[in-house]
Amino acid sequence: METIARDAAHVLFALGFPPLLLGVIGKTKAFFAGRVGPPVLQPYYDLIKLFQKGSVIGGTTTWVFRAGPAAGLATAALASLFIPLAGAAAPVSFAGDLVLFAYLLGLGRFFTALAALDTGSPFEGMGAAREVTFACLAEPAFFLGLLVLAKLTGSLSMGGMLGGSLAAHWSTAGASLALVLLSWFIVLLAENSRIPFDDPNTHLELTMIHEVMVLDHSGPAFGMILYGAAIKLFVFSALVARVAFSAGLGSAWLAWPVFVVGMLLIAVVVGVVESVMARLRLLHVPTLLVAACLLSAFGVVLLAR
Amino acid sequence: MGAIVSVILVLLGIIVVGLSGLPGLLGARTSMIGQRGAMALGVVGSALGLAGVGWFWATGDGEPLSLPTSLPGGVVRVAIDGLSAIFVAPVFVISALGGVYGLGYWRQTEHPRDGRKLRFFYGLMSAAMGLVVIAGDGVVFLIGWEIMALAAFFLVTTEDDQEEVRVAGWIYLAAAHVATLCLFGVFALLHSAGGTFAWVRLEPGGVTRPMATAIFTLALLGFGLKAGMMPLHIWLPSAHAIAPSHVSAMMSGVILKMGIYGLVRVTSLFSNPPVAWGVVVLALGAISGVLGVAFAIGQHDLKRLLAYHSIENIGIILMGLGLALIGRSLGRADWVALGLAGALLHVWNHSLFKALLFLSAGSVVHATHTREMDQLGGLSRTMPWTALAFLTGAVAICGLPPLNGFVSEFLIYVGLFGTLGTGAGPSFLGASFAAPALALIGALAAACFAKAFGVVFLGTARTRRAVHADESPATMLVPMFALVGCCAVIGLMPFLVAPTLERGIAAWAPELATTTRLCALAPLGWISVMGLVLLGLLLLASLALGSLVKLGTAATGPVWGCGYAAPTARIQYTASSFAATLVGMFRWVLLPRVKRSRYLPLFPGRAAYHGHVPDVVLDDVVLPAFRLGGWIFSWFRVFQRGSIQMYVFYIFLALVLLLLWR
Repeated sequence: METIARDAAHVLFALGFPPLLLGVIGKTKAFFAGRVGPPVLQPYYDLIKLFQKGSVIGGTTTWVFRAGPAAGLATAALASLFIPLAGAAAPVSFAGDLVLFAYLLGLGRFFTALAALDTGSPFEGMGAAREVTFACLAEPAFFLGLLVLAKLTGSLSMGGMLGGSLAAHWSTAGASLALVLLSWFIVLLAENSRIPFDDPNTHLELTMIHEVMVLDHSGPAFGMILYGAAIKLFVFSALVARVAFSAGLGSAWLAWPVFVVGMLLIAVVVGVVESVMARLRLLHVPTLLVAACLLSAFGVVLLAR
Repeated sequence: MGAIVSVILVLLGIIVVGLSGLPGLLGARTSMIGQRGAMALGVVGSALGLAGVGWFWATGDGEPLSLPTSLPGGVVRVAIDGLSAIFVAPVFVISALGGVYGLGYWRQTEHPRDGRKLRFFYGLMSAAMGLVVIAGDGVVFLIGWEIMALAAFFLVTTEDDQEEVRVAGWIYLAAAHVATLCLFGVFALLHSAGGTFAWVRLEPGGVTRPMATAIFTLALLGFGLKAGMMPLHIWLPSAHAIAPSHVSAMMSGVILKMGIYGLVRVTSLFSNPPVAWGVVVLALGAISGVLGVAFAIGQHDLKRLLAYHSIENIGIILMGLGLALIGRSLGRADWVALGLAGALLHVWNHSLFKALLFLSAGSVVHATHTREMDQLGGLSRTMPWTALAFLTGAVAICGLPPLNGFVSEFLIYVGLFGTLGTGAGPSFLGASFAAPALALIGALAAACFAKAFGVVFLGTARTRRAVHADESPATMLVPMFALVGCCAVIGLMPFLVAPTLERGIAAWAPELATTTRLCALAPLGWISVMGLVLLGLLLLASLALGSLVKLGTAATGPVWGCGYAAPTARIQYTASSFAATLVGMFRWVLLPRVKRSRYLPLFPGRAAYHGHVPDVVLDDVVLPAFRLGGWIFSWFRVFQRGSIQMYVFYIFLALVLLLLWR
C-alpha cells in the first residue's frame, strides 16, 4: 500500500512539476533582461490553451507526423519512472534499466525527427539533421558518466546509482563526480536544446534545432511536444540534482525540500547560462560535446586503480 | 534410433532445399511452374529442417551422425549442438521467406534469362550454409564453405550483363578465396594440434602458445573476411548492393553469420584463451561498429547503406563475443553468459531485421527501379505497407525498444557494465569503455535511419519514378510482415529465447555452464513488461492526440517554407545534406570526395554539387596494392613465351633441378 502511494506521488510530481521549470527559466531570463517577464506559471496556461486549440496540418503529411508528438511525450513520461526523486526509490528499477532509459529517449528523438521530415519542408529537415547529429555525441557522454556512477555504487540501475549510497562517495571520489556533474550539465543543455546549443527564442529558422523541427505542429500536437520537452528537461534536471545534492537527499526530513529547491536552482542556473552566453556557432557545437565526453572519460580514468 | 532424429531431419531439409532449384532448370523460360515448384520445395525443406532444430531444442538430443568415406579424415561427421542449432535456424527461415518473396520480386516471366540460374544457386547456397553449420569436422565444413562461396558468387552476378555487377562479383570471389585459404591453414593447424579434423576441444596443455595464436589469427582473418569485419569488409558493400534483394537479404542476414559461426566455433575449442584474444575481438568489434555506421551515413544508395549497416552489426556481435572471451579467460561466467547471449541473439536479430530491411528496400527498387535515395521521397503514401515494414526494421536495427535489436544490445551493455567490477571476482575496466562506443553506434544508427526512412518514404516525391510507385504484391509483403512479427515477438517476449541461448552458451563453454541462468543475470521479464507498457503509452498518447485534434477545428494547409510561396519537391533536405555534418565529423576516415562548382562573384551560372563517400579500404589500399602486385608480376611475362615447346622445356628444367636438389 505504501509503495503504491509513493509511486503515485512520484508519477504525479513527474507529470505536474516539469512546466514550472520552464517558467523559472523564463523568469530568470526576464530578470537578467530587466523585464518583469511572464508569470512563473505561464507554461501551464500555454499548455492548457494549446490543448484547446484547433490545428492546421500540413497537406503533405502522413501518420508519422502525428506519431512524433505522441512518441515524444510517451517516452519522456516513461523515462521519468526510472529516476528516483527525493530520497524515495524509483517506481521502476532493475539491473540495466539505464540502457532502457537512454534508449527510450532515443526512441522519442527518432520519431520527432521523422515527424519533422514528414513535412518535406527544408527547414524541418535541417532541424532533424542537427538534432540527430548532436545526439550522437551527447549519448556517449551520458554513458561515460553512467560508468563512473556504476563503478562507484556497484549498481546497474538508475535507482541504485543515483540512490542514497552516492553521498558517501563525494568524499572519496569527489573529483570524478564533479567531472560527471559538469559533463551531464552540458548534456542537459544539449538534449533540451538550450543555449549555447540552441536558442529556443530565436526568430530565424536557419539557426534553430529543436524549434525548427516542430514548426508545422500546432494546437494539441504542439502542446504535447512542449509538455514532452518539459518532462525531458525535468528528467535530466533530476539526474543532475541527484548527483549534485546527494548529501542533502539522504535524510528523510530534508529530502523533499532539498530536491525541490535543487531542481529550481538548476532551472535558475540554466536561465543564467542562457542570459550570459550567446548561442555557439553550429560548427563549434560538436567541440563542446566532445569536451563533455572527455570530462566524463577522465572521471572514469580517475577511478582506475 | 530415435536419438538422431534431429540430425536426420536437418539433413533431409538441407537436401530438399539444396535440390529445390533443380527441377526448374528443365522448365520453360517463360513459365512460372518451375518457380512455384522451387518455392514449394524450399518451404518444405525449410520446414523439415526447422522441425529438426525444434526437436533438438525440445529434447536436447544432438547425437552426431558418422559415415565412413574415402575422404581425408576417413569419417564424415554431422552433428547438431546448441551452437549449430542457433545458426542453422535463420538459414531455413530467411531462405524460405526469400523464396516466397522471389515469386513477386524476380518473376520468371519477367526475368526469363537469369531466373532459373538464380533459383538453382539460391537453393544450393542455402543448403551449403546448413551443411557448414552442422559439419562435425573440418572436411565437411570446408566442402560446405566452398559450395556456399561459389553459389554466392553466381547469385551476386545474377545480372552479369552489367559491368558494375561483374566487378563486384570479381572482388567478392577474390575475397572469398583468400578467406578459404586462411581456413585451410586453420584446419591444418587444428589437425596437427588435436590429431583429427573433428571439432575437439584443445586442452590448455595440449597446444603451444604460438600454435594457438596462429590458429586464432588465421581464423580471425578467414572468418573475419567472410563476416565483413572492418577493415576486411571490402567485398561486402558492392556485393550486397547489386545482388537481387532477396539474395542480399540472405547474404547479409545469413552468409555473414557463417563467418561469425566459424569464429565462435573455433574459439569454443580453447578452454583458457589469452585475455588478449578477447581484447582484440572487442576492439575490432567496436571499430567495425563505429566505422561501419559512419560509412553508412555517407551513402546515397539505399542498399549500399544497408550493406554498411551489416558491418556495424557484425561489430556489435563481435563486441559480445569479445566480452565472452575476456570472461572466459578471467573465469567470469556472468560475462561469458551475457556477452555470448548478446552476440548469439544479435545474430538472430540481425538476420531478421536486416532481411526485413533488404526485402523492404527491394520492394522500393521493384516499384521505382532505382536505389538512389535522392530520387525517391514520399513513398509512405503510395507504398504504406512497405513503409511500415521498413520503419519497423529501422527501429529494430537502431536497437530502440520495444523491438528485438534492443534486447541483444541490452545484454551486451549489462555485460560491459559488469566489467567495471560490480560483482565478485576480477574486473576489467578497459572493456567497459566499449559501452560508450556502443552508445555512439546506437545514436549514429538512429541518425542514419532517420535519414534513410525520411528521405525515401517521407516528404514529397522528388522524381517521377517516385510519384508512380505502386505497392508491391502480397507475395512480397507477406514474407516482410512475417519478419516484422518475429522482430516484435523477440522484442516483447525475450524470455522465450533464453533457454535456446543457454544451450548455445553451454555448448561454447561447457566448463562454465552450470552456473549460468540468463534470466537471473539480465531482467528479461522487466524488458517484456516495459515494452508492453511503452506500446500501451504510445497508443494512449496517439489516441489522446487524435481526439484532441478532433475536438478542435482541424484544417489542412501548406507546410511552412519560411514564407516561400511556391515550394517544389527539390527544396527538400536530401540524403547528402542530412548527413553532411556527420560526414564532416568523420571526414578523417571517410575521406569524402566532393565536386562543386566554384562560386562566381556577380552573375553565377549553373551550380552543381556532387558528394560521394567511397570505400577507403578498397579504393585507397587494396586496389592500389593489387595494381602494384600486378605490375611486379608483369615482369614475369618474359618467361611467358606462348610456345608449348618452351613450357615443356621449363618443366624439364624444373624436374632436373628437383633431381639435383639432394
